[in-house]
Amino acid sequence: MNALQRHRKLDAIWASDKGFRGWFNTVSHTDLGRMFLVTAFFYFGVAGVLSMLIRAQLATPHSAWASEEVYAQLFTMHGTIMMFLFAIPAIEGMAVYLIPKMLGTRDLAYPRLTAYGYWCYAFGGAMMLASLVLGLAPDGGWFMYPPLTGGIHSPGINTDFWLIGITFVEISAICAAVELCVSILKFRAPGMSLDKMPIFGWYILVTSLMILTGFPPLILGSILLELERAFGLPFFQAELGGDSLLWQHLFWLFGHPEVYIIFLPAAGILSTLIPVMARTTLLGYGWIVASVVALAFLSFGLWVHHMFTTGIPHMGVAFFSAASTLVAVPTAVQLFAWIGTMWKGRPELHMPMLHILGFFITFVIGGLTGVMVAIVPFDWQVHDTAFITAHLHYVLFGGFVFPILAGLYYWLPLVTGRKRFFKLGETAFVLIFTGFHGTFLAMHVLGLLGQRRRIHTYDVDAGWTAINLTASVFSFIMAIGLALVLIDIIIHLFIAVRGARSPWGAGTLEWATMSPPPSYNFASLPHVTSRAPYTDNPTLPDEMARGLGYLSDPQEGRRETLMIDVTSGTPEAVVVYPANTFLPIKMAAVTGVFFLSLLLKVYWITPLAVIGVAALAWRWAWQLGARNDAGPQPVGRDMYLPLSSETAKSQGWWGSAFLLVANATFFGSLLFGYAFLWTIAPGWPPPVWLDLWLPELAFGIAAALAAPILIRMTCARVAGGQAAAAPCTMALVAVVVLAVCLASLMLRTPDPSMHAYGATLLVLGGYGFFHAAVTGVMLGFLRARIAKGHTSQARRAEPAIVRLWVDYTAAVGILCLTIAHLPALLT
Amino acid sequence: MLDPAGPAAREIATLWWIMLGGSFAILVFVTILLALSFRPDRRQHDDVRMERTWIVGLGLGFSVAVLAALLSYGVATGARLTAPSETPVQVTAKATLAGWTFGYDARDDTEDVLHIPARRDVEVAITTGDIIHSFWVPRLAGKIDAIPGHVNRLRIEADTPGVYQGRSAEYSGPGYLDLRFTVQAHDADGWQEFLRGETE
Repeated sequence: MNALQRHRKLDAIWASDKGFRGWFNTVSHTDLGRMFLVTAFFYFGVAGVLSMLIRAQLATPHSAWASEEVYAQLFTMHGTIMMFLFAIPAIEGMAVYLIPKMLGTRDLAYPRLTAYGYWCYAFGGAMMLASLVLGLAPDGGWFMYPPLTGGIHSPGINTDFWLIGITFVEISAICAAVELCVSILKFRAPGMSLDKMPIFGWYILVTSLMILTGFPPLILGSILLELERAFGLPFFQAELGGDSLLWQHLFWLFGHPEVYIIFLPAAGILSTLIPVMARTTLLGYGWIVASVVALAFLSFGLWVHHMFTTGIPHMGVAFFSAASTLVAVPTAVQLFAWIGTMWKGRPELHMPMLHILGFFITFVIGGLTGVMVAIVPFDWQVHDTAFITAHLHYVLFGGFVFPILAGLYYWLPLVTGRKRFFKLGETAFVLIFTGFHGTFLAMHVLGLLGQRRRIHTYDVDAGWTAINLTASVFSFIMAIGLALVLIDIIIHLFIAVRGARSPWGAGTLEWATMSPPPSYNFASLPHVTSRAPYTDNPTLPDEMARGLGYLSDPQEGRRETLMIDVTSGTPEAVVVYPANTFLPIKMAAVTGVFFLSLLLKVYWITPLAVIGVAALAWRWAWQLGARNDAGPQPVGRDMYLPLSSETAKSQGWWGSAFLLVANATFFGSLLFGYAFLWTIAPGWPPPVWLDLWLPELAFGIAAALAAPILIRMTCARVAGGQAAAAPCTMALVAVVVLAVCLASLMLRTPDPSMHAYGATLLVLGGYGFFHAAVTGVMLGFLRARIAKGHTSQARRAEPAIVRLWVDYTAAVGILCLTIAHLPALLT
Repeated sequence: MLDPAGPAAREIATLWWIMLGGSFAILVFVTILLALSFRPDRRQHDDVRMERTWIVGLGLGFSVAVLAALLSYGVATGARLTAPSETPVQVTAKATLAGWTFGYDARDDTEDVLHIPARRDVEVAITTGDIIHSFWVPRLAGKIDAIPGHVNRLRIEADTPGVYQGRSAEYSGPGYLDLRFTVQAHDADGWQEFLRGETE
């Protein structure tokens, strides 16, 4: 088989369907990465237009451009769209597109999940967009503080759009984070040990872990606030035992890591590009990895710095002030490592380098004003003024938009296989840079002069007119610059001529294949021995195309790649991917029906949608696996490996483990909320505690203890080749008993609309019940698989996945029951 | 804020000018380092030495030194601004969407005008009747939020008698722009007259 025949054979297996149909059933990370990016930049445009309207309104005093109500929707949606519909999805798109190519594999760990995540984003985004078009957009500011956003002060559907729409979109962030973690740890090219991984992989790994631990508090907050709005559960109402500060804690527990979730991938782009632009290698790879990890940990310890004006005691505030300044240290390490890299090499002023320089100047200023507002007394003055707005734009535009524009110009030749034609980009950069600084330097001054953020107009005698007008004029200059970038890219896509492979001379694997990349990425997987495999071996692309690597000969028309050992990169198993399917978009649509039924308050549809999602999930999982043992598979280079379904820990196990990390953070946030209300909120203790009922507690805990033992027996019997149906059935019974006990707890909860205690208890019981139900379905699935002969001594991966969920549910069940009964036990 | 009229606001303004100067110096320093990286002739260094200079020296050493100094100054200022004084004048402030109500020990409430004695420490106990607001008189001090179910305290002091503009500084929906109040600082005689109810 020569290279061309191999290309034809692989492409027939991997290609997405032609035309329109292919848009909806593709599971290719290349397609979906591009779809994520295009959609994200569409929303960048939408939010950009909103910001132009804001600046038009503020250009002159007493402008009659927008009414106060419309203005509130403008600034709320500008922030919301930029954060949730542009920044995060753009990062996901970048990572989804690049990670498998950089790490030398053929796709992400779960191709169908990538597609499901994209469609959740697309549908959820459409919901938000609809609210804007209908004039019903959220209007409480992008961080949605109750009680302003509670049912009493914001009775309209506007706030519900935010809470429900954003939660829907966040499914895509969680999906992407899970599969990026697993892909980076388990799906690299053979031989690529962790220390040989491209630095971008480290950044995305840390970012994904941060998404898994940062997003759950916000999802919890959104659920609680929606429960309060829809059913009157008073989590945030001080007169009924709630506390509006709980929202602020949950929101910023998400919101501050969020800043680094946005910044770190951009920093990953810089760490990748700067050495290439300076024709050298990155200075201090190990230091940078360490500082990224440090940044991730620190970023979870400083959410309170958004709450310095809420009256938290001074020593508490001083601690968070210290943490907030400390976070500047790992940032400084990276910054100086980058400048040191430039000193080490010979930087060349290509197009990406311009945006990198734009980043340096802008981000340093943003970082310095960031240190200023971390100093508490200063924050007391500038908090909630235009100074803060200006600071956060310096950080986000400097730390995200400039790097992503640099990345765009850097990787565009890879995506299209073309080279730039007209040099519009340089002009665009000058306009963006001057426009940006003109706008936001001016806004710092406005803040210092006392202009509050979010005011829709101001008086002539305030003396802010000239500065506001300046800011507005420059903001339009910036907008023209960004529009030029768009035109530049469109010209590039359709008119520019074909370019050479690897125009920058980079050493990473994404350049070591055809550009645009083929549907299968690599004709055979390389064996990696260094951090810059392409630099060290310039003939690598030819060798891979000639089939000298792994998996050069696809078996039975399967989409195959390799799973490796996490640290050493030794190949462990062959992964067989599912092919093109409409299942993800169908499942996203049914998920959308679920959220829509909540939004429109047609609650009789909600359970139907839940059943629909469960049924599709069943089908989703059923399609995997086999009824016969396949045995060791030839993978090339004289190596034989088992299929991942015939190992103890398949990719499904890893994915479940990471999903449970996010899940545990959610549960932890819920327990934090309970403890917070109990200790801080006014109006505690509640009028009545939950009565003790021993059978509920005893049966529930007994069932929760029995289930893990029974699932272990099931696993052992499957691995030993014995009949496993009986213990599996018994495990199912145990989980059902646990579910009944938790349901009983929910029914016995003191009136949840009268006090936040009852409301919290109801959610706690509901969380446990939901998990018991999900695990019950999984055990039912496993039971059916055993009955149909889908498990064997070799095919033992599925029971191990279910075991993880049973263990988690048992732990959650015991905690829920104990915590609920604790007050009664103690009194 | 740049035109302070009380000790708290003055301390914060001083803090600002110091930070602005330091930040400007750091920005110039970084820009020079960036510009120098483009110079054509330069000696080759080995990675180990460069890591020591750039990462340990500049990245860790330089940033830790600057931040530690600034942080201790900031914490000390904060502690001074919140330290209990012997006998502050006690007033209360209650925010609602309809406006601010201020209460005093010795007389009736006032609406939208807070009366205080000049040159004396005043402690404002701040709360809200509905949603979250924030109490802010830029020329006198920083701001603090009014949160349902909680009472927050802020200390203000005016150097001279006069009128100072105050405002809510937490977005509160339609009408936010007009949630403003004034602070009337009296001299000693004027304050006694006010307490006796002779001025409104």
